[in-house]
Amino acid sequence: MVTSNTGSRTVIALVQNRAGVLARICGLFRRQGFNIASLAVGRSEQKGLSRMTFVVEGPEEVVRLVAAKLDRLIEVVKVEDISDKEHVYREMVLIKLNADNEKRGEILQLANIFNVKTVDVGVDQMTIETTGDSKDIESLLELLEPYGVIEVMRTGRVAVLKSLE
Amino acid sequence: MKKTGAQLLCEGLIHHGGTKIFGIPGGAILPLYGTLSQYPELEHILVRHEQGASHAADGFSRATGKPGICFATSGPGATNLITGMATAMMDSSPMIAITGQVSRPGIGKDSFQEIDITGASLPVTKHNYLVMNASEIPQVVKEAFYIATTGRPGPVLIDIPRDVFMEEVEFDSSYWKEEIEILGYNPPKFANNTQVDKAVKLIEKSNRPVILAGHGVIISHAYDELLKLAESVQIPVVTTLLGISSFPENHVLSLSFPGMHGVAWASLALDQADLVIAIGSRFDDRITGDTSRFATKSKKIHIDIDPAEINKNIEVDVPLIGNVKDVLNQLLPKLKPKTHIDWINHIDKLKSDHPSLKIKKTDDLIGQYVVKSLSDETKGQSVIVTGVGQHQMWAAQHYMYCSQNSWISSGGLGTMGFEVPAALGAKVGCPDKMVWSIAGDGGFQMTLSELATIVENNIKVKFALLNNNHLGMITQWQEMFFDEDYYANAYTANPDFVKLANAYGMKALSVDNNEDVRPAIREANAHDGPFLIDFKIKKEENVFPMIPSGQSVNELVEESIDGN
Repeated sequence: MVTSNTGSRTVIALVQNRAGVLARICGLFRRQGFNIASLAVGRSEQKGLSRMTFVVEGPEEVVRLVAAKLDRLIEVVKVEDISDKEHVYREMVLIKLNADNEKRGEILQLANIFNVKTVDVGVDQMTIETTGDSKDIESLLELLEPYGVIEVMRTGRVAVLKSLE
Repeated sequence: MKKTGAQLLCEGLIHHGGTKIFGIPGGAILPLYGTLSQYPELEHILVRHEQGASHAADGFSRATGKPGICFATSGPGATNLITGMATAMMDSSPMIAITGQVSRPGIGKDSFQEIDITGASLPVTKHNYLVMNASEIPQVVKEAFYIATTGRPGPVLIDIPRDVFMEEVEFDSSYWKEEIEILGYNPPKFANNTQVDKAVKLIEKSNRPVILAGHGVIISHAYDELLKLAESVQIPVVTTLLGISSFPENHVLSLSFPGMHGVAWASLALDQADLVIAIGSRFDDRITGDTSRFATKSKKIHIDIDPAEINKNIEVDVPLIGNVKDVLNQLLPKLKPKTHIDWINHIDKLKSDHPSLKIKKTDDLIGQYVVKSLSDETKGQSVIVTGVGQHQMWAAQHYMYCSQNSWISSGGLGTMGFEVPAALGAKVGCPDKMVWSIAGDGGFQMTLSELATIVENNIKVKFALLNNNHLGMITQWQEMFFDEDYYANAYTANPDFVKLANAYGMKALSVDNNEDVRPAIREANAHDGPFLIDFKIKKEENVFPMIPSGQSVNELVEESIDGN
């Protein structure tokens, strides 16, 4: 097998919302030695079905093989590697950081550029949230670094194919 | 009407025709065993080890096409099924494994004999279930049979806690007649028509076509369709190891099997072909060797029911995803009769230039001669079951398989020890057919405790033990690839297998010379009961031809037998 394009691939699976489904799916990635870089699971628009977005790092051909094997699982209704198709994706992050009265204003100014919301404010700490693609979130974290980031909680990527124009 | 979980399971098995069960009881599954006597339709065969139960169920299903059933208790009973389920999974054999689980309140508490068998069996089952309520049992059983037997078949495990077997629930028996549908599980039947037309064009254009017929032909009972395809377009047929007996080997178009220990002309024909039509085969590495040098001069058509097989090992030009029998029936009416006289003449020359199946004349007793004698004495009509190793390859090479679905062997997983319980299961499935287990002394000793099961139930299996007091294939590899650095390859304290069989109450004979081979086989065949022949074969004997692992047909090693 020719291996090429080792990079991250985004795979979306529509699955039955039952105990053990995630273990079955992860087992197939594990068998190929793939690390799951990110994973997001949530209910879909169809009753009893969940939609999962995986980001995995591996050669395109092997990801295609794993996707085909995922489709073989009884509880997987549909699976698609959308990496080469036009799609949009978002991640969300919660950032808890040092913010006394003095710095809070600065942080909020920065925050405006990044479409950030404040979700919790304490005496000398605050927690903010934002959504965006990975790059947006990385740049925000870089900017906030000097203020003293205490905790970062990121979700996995969620993705959807673009509508036809 | 109120029914217990165990009763629902028994009714489900009966409804789906799963009435032959191989198993061993234990604490967690005892409530099910306590129910079996209420259902005389169910026949339970008590084996001696759960691995034996799983291989017996597998042998039964391969011989009959119906799913074999095995029962085991929780913990070690369940883990002992793993090898058998993995064997069935790799060879797409339908099986239903029922395991007891500790009672619901004990799950996750590291209770006595508790194991997470649904977790442990994930990679070796097509699907599995942990049933937490008796009311779920009917649907689970129905789904399990449907999943095990449709699409690409495979083993399905149902894990049932002890108290769920005993739980009483209301049940209406009319449920069994309801149709079943599983969202997202739609095994394909017919291939895409555009692809079928492309395949037709490739076949019309081809001058040197070869069919590579695999296990899928046998699973979908496409014997007649394969024969029609081969005869109408005059295409020679090589089979994969598990495709053996999908096409009669006494047919003029049969080329036997290619690959690591296949016959030279089959490997050469694949290599020189301009079109390979793979039917229900997965381009296993024992067939392809180095995939980058496999059949490089040919276009490829791949018929398979499992989309995940397409382009997995070998890139193909035309994939035909569907059930082998149905796809062949799509293809056949579109094909015009054709001949390939030059190509077939060329292959005949390959056959005479490379006499792979010629057996050397020697005073020593060798496995090849034993298998050939068995083939002649049974007129190629016996079901042959094997383990894994040299004896398996000689059995594949030198028996002339003339009867459909008459070869039962662990191809994918390569499970030594398969030969005893799988033969037992095959004979239970086909009591009217002759069943010979060709075994090696290595694998035979892994599961020989099932001789007790065979004698106890008078299962009339015959054993041809090719006994060289060695792990023969290990010895061969150490000789050829490890500078004759022999290690852990000899069995220097084998038992007297005749006495051993006798101790179990089985008739047995020992043979150590060529003259006694055929009379012994005749005596075994004439005996109305199980029988073992201990063939004491020469130990320094290798299997040829051989394409060493990861190599190509260019590195094919043949044995020179002219000097003998």
